[in-house]
This record gives sequence, C-alpha cells and structure tokens, in this order.
Amino acid sequence: MSPAATVSSPRTLAGALDALVGATEATLILAGGTDLMVEFQTGRTRPGHVVDVWRVDELRGIRAEPAGLRIGALTTCTELRASALAQEHADILVIAADEVGAEQIQARATIGGNLGTASPAADLTPVLFALEAEVRLVSKAGARSLPVTEFLTGYRKTARRPEELIESILVPTRAPGERRGFRKVGTRRAQSISKVVVAVAVTALDGVIRTLRASAGSVAERTILLPSLERELAGKAPDAAALDRAARRAATADCAPIDDVRSTARYRREVLRRILRTLLAELLLDET
Amino acid sequence: MERTVGTDIRRPEGPDKVSGRAVFVADLATPGAWFGGTVRSDVPRGELLGVDLDPAFDWDRVRLAGPAEVPGANVVAMINEDMPVLAEREVRHVGQPLLLVAAPDAETLGAALAAARPRIAPLPAVLDMEDAPDVLHEILIEKGDAPSALARAARIIEGTYRTDTQEQMYIEPQGVIAWPPDASGCTVVRGSMQCPFYVHKSLVTMLGTRADAVRVIQVETGGGFGGKEDYPSVLACHAVLLARAAGVPVRMIYDRHEDLAVTPKRHPSRVRHRTSVADDGTLLAMDIDVLLDGGAYTTLSPVVLSRACIHAAGAYRCDHVRIRGRVVRTDHVPYGAFRGFGAPQVCFAVERQMDRIAGALALHPAELRRKNMLRVGDTTATGQRLETSVGSVEVMERVLARSRFDRHAWRSAGVAREPHDSQGARKRTGVGFSFFFHGAGFTGSGEELLKARVRVELDQGGRAVVETASTEFGQGTIAMFTALAADALGAAPEDIRIAAADTSRVPNSGPTVASRTCMVVGGCVMKACAELRARMSAASGDESGPFADRARAFLAGGGDGLAEVVYASPPGLVWDEEHYRGDAYPAYGWAADVAEVEVDLDTFEVRVTRFLSTVDVGKAIQPQLVEGQIEGGSLQAIGFAHLEVVTTEGGRFLQDRMATCIIPGTLDTPPIEVELVEVPFPHGPAGAKGVGELPMDGGAPAVASAIEDALGIHVDHIPATPERLLDAWLRAHPEEAL
Ligand SMILES: Cc1cc2nc3c(=O)[nH]c(=O)nc-3n(C[C@H](O)[C@H](O)[C@H](O)COP(=O)(O)OP(=O)(O)OC[C@H]3O[C@@H](n4cnc5c(N)ncnc54)[C@H](O)[C@@H]3O)c2cc1C
Repeated sequence: MSPAATVSSPRTLAGALDALVGATEATLILAGGTDLMVEFQTGRTRPGHVVDVWRVDELRGIRAEPAGLRIGALTTCTELRASALAQEHADILVIAADEVGAEQIQARATIGGNLGTASPAADLTPVLFALEAEVRLVSKAGARSLPVTEFLTGYRKTARRPEELIESILVPTRAPGERRGFRKVGTRRAQSISKVVVAVAVTALDGVIRTLRASAGSVAERTILLPSLERELAGKAPDAAALDRAARRAATADCAPIDDVRSTARYRREVLRRILRTLLAELLLDET
Repeated sequence: MERTVGTDIRRPEGPDKVSGRAVFVADLATPGAWFGGTVRSDVPRGELLGVDLDPAFDWDRVRLAGPAEVPGANVVAMINEDMPVLAEREVRHVGQPLLLVAAPDAETLGAALAAARPRIAPLPAVLDMEDAPDVLHEILIEKGDAPSALARAARIIEGTYRTDTQEQMYIEPQGVIAWPPDASGCTVVRGSMQCPFYVHKSLVTMLGTRADAVRVIQVETGGGFGGKEDYPSVLACHAVLLARAAGVPVRMIYDRHEDLAVTPKRHPSRVRHRTSVADDGTLLAMDIDVLLDGGAYTTLSPVVLSRACIHAAGAYRCDHVRIRGRVVRTDHVPYGAFRGFGAPQVCFAVERQMDRIAGALALHPAELRRKNMLRVGDTTATGQRLETSVGSVEVMERVLARSRFDRHAWRSAGVAREPHDSQGARKRTGVGFSFFFHGAGFTGSGEELLKARVRVELDQGGRAVVETASTEFGQGTIAMFTALAADALGAAPEDIRIAAADTSRVPNSGPTVASRTCMVVGGCVMKACAELRARMSAASGDESGPFADRARAFLAGGGDGLAEVVYASPPGLVWDEEHYRGDAYPAYGWAADVAEVEVDLDTFEVRVTRFLSTVDVGKAIQPQLVEGQIEGGSLQAIGFAHLEVVTTEGGRFLQDRMATCIIPGTLDTPPIEVELVEVPFPHGPAGAKGVGELPMDGGAPAVASAIEDALGIHVDHIPATPERLLDAWLRAHPEEAL
C-alpha cells in the first residue's frame, strides 16, 4: 500500500473544484474507494494527491428533471436500490446496482466511480449506454455534458480532464413503451465480476421495432454498443429466427473479447449471443 | 455414562472468537518486532546467479538472511529432505524463496524487497505432469490378477478423469512470529498451524540443534483444511533465520496475495480406469492408473499418493484389482495437503466411472452401486477384510429413501434427450449420486510408528488439564476433547481445560490431520481420563459431589494426578507396507450424497439446488460440530466440482487474489441436508471414527453426475466450469455454435 503524498477532503462542491485547480494525471478523486483502494493495494495506482469527495453532499441524490432523471455522481448502489424514482425511470439501473458486489460494496460503490474507473467489466455502465445517458462534468472553468458513449474512450480511459469532476448523470426520460432488459453473467452468484454483461432498451410499435439500443461489458477493451442489433432489426417485426440472426451478428461483428483470468473469448462471444437472443425474445416475443 | 458425549456443549473458545477477543498471530502484541519478507523467483526453473541489491537503497536499514545464514541443514525437513529453506543455485518453481529481508516497518520492508532483484538464468521448465520424467513416488496395489482378468474380458469400459488444483482459502492467511534465541539458547516460534511438532522437527534440523532448544506454540488459528499442515514449517524456518539476523522478534504474516501465490494447494490429478463388468453389472476387474502432479519438491506427496491409491477403487467389491500410482515432479509450486488428501481426486474418478458403467449397461447408477458396494465380510483393494462399523448399506439406503434418487430416471451422456429446442426452456435440471468411504487415521502402520502420547493432569484447582499436540483451527477439537474427557472422568465440561499446543509442554500426540484427532487422540484422552477416574475412586470410593472438590481431595491425599497414555492400534491389524497389502485403516467412514442441479442453457452456469448427505461417523461426539463438518466439506466439494478455478501459466497461479480466486458464497450454497448414521467402531472413543475429510470426497462426483443427467454430456474434468460445459455442449450440438 502506498499512501498518498497529500489528501484534501472538501465538504462542498466549490471546495472540491478549488482543490482540483491545477490538478494533473497524478491527482486522484476518491469517491467510495471500492476501486481505488484495491488499486492502491495492488500498486497499480500510486497517487500523488488525493481529493476525497465522499463528504460533498451536493454530489448526492436522485431527482426528476424535465429531461429525465438526474443522478448525483456520489449516489451509491444502495441508494439506487432504495430509490422509487430510480425504480420508475431507470428500472434496469436498479437491477444492475443490485448485482454489483454485495451489500458492503454497494454501500460505497458510486455511479460516478463506476464510470470513472472505465473498467470494461463495469455493470452500471452498459445500462447507461443502453439508456443513452449523459455525463455532466464540472470544473472551476465551467461545465459540459457529453454522452456516456463518448465519455469512455478506451481501456480504463475517459474524456475527463484532470481538473474536472463527474457531477451527475442524466438518464433521459423513458420513451413511451420502451422495454428494457439486463443480464449479468459473473463468476458466481454474488460478489463477482462480470464475464459478460448486457443491457437492452427497445421500442416497438405493433410488433415493429423502432429503436433498439444494446450495450455489453467484458467483451471488448471497454463497454461497447452493439449496433448490429438495431441495424438488423429496426423496422422489422422479427420472429425468433430473426432475433437469433441479429444476436449472432452482434456477437461476431460488434465485440472483441479476450481470454483472461475469468473466462475465455469463445465463452464470452457464444454467451453474449445466447443471452441476447433470450433477452430480446423475452422483450419482444412474450407479449401475449 | 454418556452425559456430554452426544449433546452439543458450548464451544469453550467460541465466545472469544465471536466477540473478536480471540488473539490470532497478527494480533499478538510483540513490542520491537520487525517485519519479515521474502525475495522470490519469478521463473519456474533456472539457475540462480545472484540477487542484485540496488545501491540506491540504504541496506543498513534492514537485515538479510540467505542460505549461508542457515546454521544447520538447508532443508525443510518433511518426508524427504529435498526442499531447501532458501534456494542456493537451483530454482525449481515460481515464488521460490531466495533471500529473506527483515525491516523495522512494513514500508521499509516493501522498499527493500523492491530493490532486491534476483538474477536467474532460465531453464526449460516441466509444467505438464503427463511428460514429467521425474517420479517422486510410486505405489502398486494388486489384488487377484487384474491383467489376466482384463485380457479375458468380454467388455471393458474405459474412462479418463481429471481434477484441477484447489485452494484451501482458510480465513486467516499463513503467519508466524519468531524470537531470537533466549538466554538459555531456546528459539521460540508462535503461529497459525495445524502441526506444531512438524514445525518443531524442521526447525531442529535447520538449526542443527537439540530438541529442547526449540519451542513451537500454536496460537488461535483461523482455518487450515490441510493448508497449514506443511507450510508453517517453511515460514517458521524463514522467520527464525530473520530473528537471528535481526536480533529482534520477526513477524512473517502473509497477505492474501502472497499466500495464494506461494502456498501449497490440492494435487491436480489424472486417473484412468479400465473396468471389466458382467452383464448384470458385477465388477470383474479394475485396472486403475493414478497420476498426481507433485510440484517441485516431495513435501507430503508420497502420503497423498498413498491415500489416493488406497481409495482409488472406491467403496466397491472386486476380486481383481490393480492400482498403479505415481506422483511426479514438475516445476510448479509444490502441491500439498488439502482435506481429503488425494481421496477426492480418485473418488471423483471412480464414481464417474461407475456412472459410465451404469450408462453402458443401461443400469440405474444406484442399482449398480447396490450390487457392488462393500459390505461386512468383504475385502477392499488392499485385501482388508471389513469386520465392524461398516455403515455402507445404511448410508446408501437412507439417502436413497430421502432423495428417491433410485426412482429418478438418471440419463447418461449416451441416452438420447428430448429434441433440444433452442427457443424453449432455458434451464435443465439433473440429479446425481455418489457413494464413498474414507479411511480414518494414518495409513497402515503410521500410528504404530508415531505412537501418539497424551497426558491428562489434575491441576491445583481440581480441573483436569488435557495435554495433546492436537490443534483447534475451527473444526472443534476443544469441544470434542472436552466432551470425551468429561464423560470419561465423570465430570462436567467446566471441569476440563484443554492445554495450548506448546511443544515444550504437551506430549507429541501427532499432527492434526488424517481424520485422526477424535478417533486416535480422543481415544487416548478417554483412556487417560478413565485411568485417573479409577485412581480417584480407588482412593475414595465415592463419586458424588462436584468433580473439582473430589480432585482436590485426591491430590491433597497424595494421589497421583498425572496419567499418560500411548496409543495402541486395535489388535489384529496387519499391514505390509512393501506390497501395500492388509489393513490400510482401522476404520472407515461411509457416506452417500445426492446433488440436484439446474443448468442455464444460455450461460452454462450450474446452480446446485439441493444437496443431501448421509454419513456414518461411528458416533457423533458433538452432533452439531459433525453436521458442520459435513456441511462445510460438502460445500468445498461443490466448489471443487463446478466453481473453484485455479489455473497456472508458466508455473504461476493466475488466480492469486480473492477477487479472482473464487469460492462459493452464500448464494452459491444449496440447502445441505445432513443425516447422521451411527454404526459404532468398537475401538474408537464412544464408538467414533473419523469425519474431517470424508465429506470432501463425494460432493464433486455427485454434482458432476447431476450435470451429466441435465445436459447429456460427459463431465470427466472438474471444475466443470461454464466455459468447459459450453465447449462440451457445442461439441455435442455443433449446429448451435457461432
Ligand atoms: C469486492 C468488490 C466487488 C465489486 N463488484 C463489482 C460489480 O459486481 N460490478 C461492478 O460494476 N463493479 C464492482 N466493483 C467495482 C466498484 O465497486 C465499482 O466500480 C464502483 O462503482 C466504484 O465506485 P467508487 O465510488 O467506489 O469508486 P472509487 O474507487 O472511489 O473511484 C473509482 C474511479 O472513479 C473516479 N471517480 C470517482 N468518482 C468520481 C467523480 N465524482 N468524478 C471524477 N472521477 C471520479 C476515481 O478517481 C477513480 O478513478 C467491485 C469492487 C469490489 C472491491
């Protein structure tokens, strides 16, 4: 363990932004610490300066806005699970939060941290991709919003500048009739990291698919979208065979899984296809 | 007579553990102690050219110990003396200790370890046991004439079965603290361990000193499962070298990462079966070839192989048996003891082979077992005639009655299934079964050679102090001894104290392994207590009133309050070590398991939904503890079957953190329905025989059998991970592959 050279613990958002003035790559923002503490321990990350934002309550809370659901970056998985608003507007985010780690981890694991780590195995991130969420970043110099898909730029890389803080995430208002699904395949039934994880949001009218956004984790160097599904299925009233073809296409064309300590590339690809097929069938064929 | 035996007493050490007051090695206040660490090899094989010390680090801040600092023999004395305390030239595995460092604080230690860089010229490593040329130990068991019987056979059923390694994952990582020699020249070590006298022996050899110049004391130990049988000897040697170099006490307490990376795990195995069977399922001949990966040094491998071979033919009757076993040397981290000690590997193989035979003959697996199971009067593969305490029929019939498995239409891999509809139900269910036995105590003449000694002594307060080297590490030794002693003395549990396992105070009653603590050591405890009781009643003739009062009066009247007993094997046991013939164990525990599973057809995740185990332990001295042993052992077996993955690459364990080294959690744990059967063993205390290892043996084949029933694919290699099951499924259903 290598303790940080210096730590600041602001209590306000303004204080946090002040603390980040002049920040560099070696400045680390600490939220729940469930990723960072592990990285300190393994020596993967050696912090120069740590800005501990855990007490900045302005970054907490879930509220409905005209554009959708605004979720503070410090909102924990436990808070997501307990929120009626989140349940109403972002049901699969609640399901995903319920499958993160276990109780103790959920009490500290924040949504901002899940995005911030930019791990390809993050469980909340695919949901945010499928729901077309936006990330709001703030710094002393101002604020900007960008789609989560642009926020994540690579393996453990984001578009965040060192002086910026993730302030909140906006999940847009649910499209009428939108159906959603989530599925995590881990190494065991709780306290496990995903081998494959998918989230899907789909709208259909009279059986004809209008929009279909799907995202997957642990099948590429970062969380990805699965554009083949929409390309193959939009404008169609698919039967089981068509869903299977689309799932097959996504699993071959859209992802780039690897062999690692948790699973194999082959398993990830095959299982991605199988769970997508089942999930889509549940969302689209089980109406009656 | 039996007042405490058979009831559940409060565990004497329980309240301290539950409340956090128990003092584990990391909690021991050791003012002035330094921190010890290890510079290790990062290649599996090579020649050590030296360890470069970065001049940028101030080496005066630390103390070093290398092979030259070993005062006696540079070996960790176990069975063979082939493993050095510190490598000299030859490097045989990743993580091999090369140089030791002690520093006044953990930070400095970390910096020093990072500044020490081994220079090793790599050599080609042997990492596949199948082509390892070096045999560490071999065993041949022959009964009848299996080769001729197989040559004549009309039908031979063959199978090859594999099990991967498995990590013990005791809650508390390995750790010891060593003190420099005291004024009298005595070296003291305290630590987390199962076998203080093993540690004692290796320190005496390494120091080249007298037995009484070394004192080893077990402190509260957070689990072992065999993992703290041999490794604490290595760690103690290291800590002692550093304590001598630094002149202060040295703490060597591994973190989880280091523990997972370098400590011994279960031997990987490959077992081949060739079996001749009659049309009705009667076993005619069995030819079994057992291969274990021993890793880089001998450690405990010969004994693990011994237990593996003796159990390889399973709990079945067969006139012609040949079992050939080999454990080979590879350049892996040495493999070691883990609950079951070779038996879980061979039990998996023979139970899967029985299912394969059942499938080939279209017999129900339960029927096949009924036909061939060992019963009273039968002989085992080593020719041991089973005379008493054979609960085979009871455990089998009771678990079948509870589970109705014999009415379940179990389907082998070959049986056609209903057409598989890829859009249909996404789950399949299956049920599997296993039947097994496990020898209690040391193999063959092991107990005769060891001659376990136990003392019971009345103290001034009138309490009976039980002195043994048997250790408590969560499994319930203290409560079990307390119950046995209380009944044998006619006393209450409060009148008994179990002495700490301190080699300078207690006699050598042997290691806490091999399911021997209750049957062997517990038997001695009872005998010693019975002797004291006889002396006391001869002196006063009165057994009324509190025990403590009577004991004090006895001592005051000049009575001899010390009784010592040496273990004597049950009469009539004969063992021929050279030919592996005869009475391999004084008694066997018997058990049968049924597992129910649900397999997801998208992900091939296996969920064990129900698990039943019926077990004959002779007598449950503490029923709740026995049930706990069976639940825990069964869960470890379930993990071994489908969940616990430990793989190596270039001789390195890939799963070297708890985040990646997965064991079952609560949600992976099925309801485990335990039923105890008591077929007493006349020579065991109150009829008891072993229980510790038995429940580890049968769970994996039962789960694998259930998966085969569910999916219609052979499960011959465990863990049956979703990745392996998917591959097998796609081989059987190629049209489904991408
Ligand atoms: C035992 C265990 C189990 C786990 N299981 C899961 C699981 O099942 N699924 C899963 O997805 N994850 C899991 N994780 C990972 C982790 O819990 C999550 O990624 C969590 O959401 C991280 O949040 P945090 O607040 O703890 O992040 P921290 O560790 O505090 O920070 C993580 C990263 O995000 C940055 N960051 C945090 N907040 C901000 C902010 N407001 N602005 C800018 N940057 C920020 C930090 O600088 C850091 O780089 C597990 C971790 C552990 C230890």
